[in-house]
Amino acid sequence: MAAPDTVTRVVAVAERRSRRRRLRPRRLLLGLAGIVTFLAIWEIVSRTSLLNPTYFPPATSVASTLVTNATLTGFWSAVGVTVGTWGLGMLVAFALAAPLGIVIGLSSFLTRLTRSTVEFLRPIPSVGLIPLAVLALSVPLQQSLLIVVYGAFWQIFVQVLYGVADVDTVAMSTARSYGFSWWQRVRDVVFPTMLPYLMTGVRLAAAVALILTVTIELVVGTSQGLGYEIGQSRNAALYESTYALVLFTGLLGVAINLAVRFTEKRVLSWHQSVREDA
Amino acid sequence: MRKILSPIGFALGLPIVLIVIWYVATLGATNPFVPKPVELVQEFGAVWFGDRFVGDVVPSLWRFAAGTTIAIVLGIVLGIAVGLNRGLRAFTEPVFEFFRALPPPVLIPILALVLGRTDGMRISVIVLGAVWPVLLNTIEGVRATDSVQTETSRSYGIRGWNRVRFQVIPSAMPQIIAGVRQSLPVGIILMVISEMLYATAGLGYSITQFQRQFAVPEMWSGILMLGLIGYAVSMLFKLVESRVLRWYHGLKDLENAS
Repeated sequence: MAAPDTVTRVVAVAERRSRRRRLRPRRLLLGLAGIVTFLAIWEIVSRTSLLNPTYFPPATSVASTLVTNATLTGFWSAVGVTVGTWGLGMLVAFALAAPLGIVIGLSSFLTRLTRSTVEFLRPIPSVGLIPLAVLALSVPLQQSLLIVVYGAFWQIFVQVLYGVADVDTVAMSTARSYGFSWWQRVRDVVFPTMLPYLMTGVRLAAAVALILTVTIELVVGTSQGLGYEIGQSRNAALYESTYALVLFTGLLGVAINLAVRFTEKRVLSWHQSVREDA
Repeated sequence: MRKILSPIGFALGLPIVLIVIWYVATLGATNPFVPKPVELVQEFGAVWFGDRFVGDVVPSLWRFAAGTTIAIVLGIVLGIAVGLNRGLRAFTEPVFEFFRALPPPVLIPILALVLGRTDGMRISVIVLGAVWPVLLNTIEGVRATDSVQTETSRSYGIRGWNRVRFQVIPSAMPQIIAGVRQSLPVGIILMVISEMLYATAGLGYSITQFQRQFAVPEMWSGILMLGLIGYAVSMLFKLVESRVLRWYHGLKDLENAS
């Protein structure tokens, strides 16, 4: 009986392969080298006055400013405002876009009826609504939310529409002939097909929502988050602090990306697209 | 006849209903923040078709066009170079991840320091924001080229520029186009924001000025203008996409039909 032996060998090979992929020391080292090179170029350009060091401080002094900032409560409250606005905006956008997308996507009548309106509303740049939000709403959080929700909504909504359109018609008819109710069809047929698309929408929306949150803080200056601090430190000519805050905002963006991608992997662990590259 | 009329009916039905509701609801309204449709259209013509068109709209659009064009070219060229080289890909990945995650508007205060309040600064902001979707999608598209194709090219001795021209670019094209699609709205957003901060002319500047002067109908007309530009850009893109990717859509249709 050679079969069990073959099976264990296959399993062993697969295990070793997955372990090797997880570690990837060469990639890690090269990536680190890339970061170091980038920081070194930054440092040299500033130190040699290729760009005016007052306006373009070297990486080392920006990093030390960032560390000093991290000990201040004002800095963390700004982070709190930004992350809070982002999170709330995402939540509202998700709660609106996912159900609406499913209901509209499942009915070909509603899809055709709303298509032209969606096609027109979607490309409106959400930042164009900033003046409107400032005039019509007085609470900073409301101003931010209007813009963030508008921007994030379309990302999720359109992906959900694609996802629902991708549902296998045979599976749908089968479910119908087995007497599934509308709700059961949504839960057991539509939802699993749609989930990868939904997660893509969430990933895109997360990035857009962060951009918009910071932008409003920067442009309007009523919501005192990271964007506001960036504008303030620049006006006060604390340029190292400006760079440190920008650096931190980028790191926050990376953290949000990683968190969303991690969630995506967990939620879609059963799905082909994730299983293949795991 | 029904076949022609029903799509038109579906396309125009909801917008017409919404505009009628809007018209009726604002007939007797006195809220200064809510515009009336007829007033808005009149205002739109009065505000934008005159000096402002040359003074604000054209420079904005020019910066948008310049910025996104540079971003697309740069993204594709760099993307092909990085995508073809595994080592370079690993080397640049973390830095690219950082810049992609960095919300581009925060670069405006910094670039205004280094480059001053110039057109160059505004175009650089657009480039620095819009390049990432194109770049990362190109890398991904180049990386995912079919290995059978690659080996066939190799055994036929197709290498260097010819391989890029005839194998890599066509097979990465759908991904590249997807990247361009994502980069266009980013470009428009950055065009507006770069004019809201440190500017003296442009669409974003005008809209902010209207808001500060409480010129509400003018402000609404500015938002409408932005909406129309966004719509026009996305329509134009669809046209380009359907030409460039005609073979790809044809292929997909065949696959779906079988």
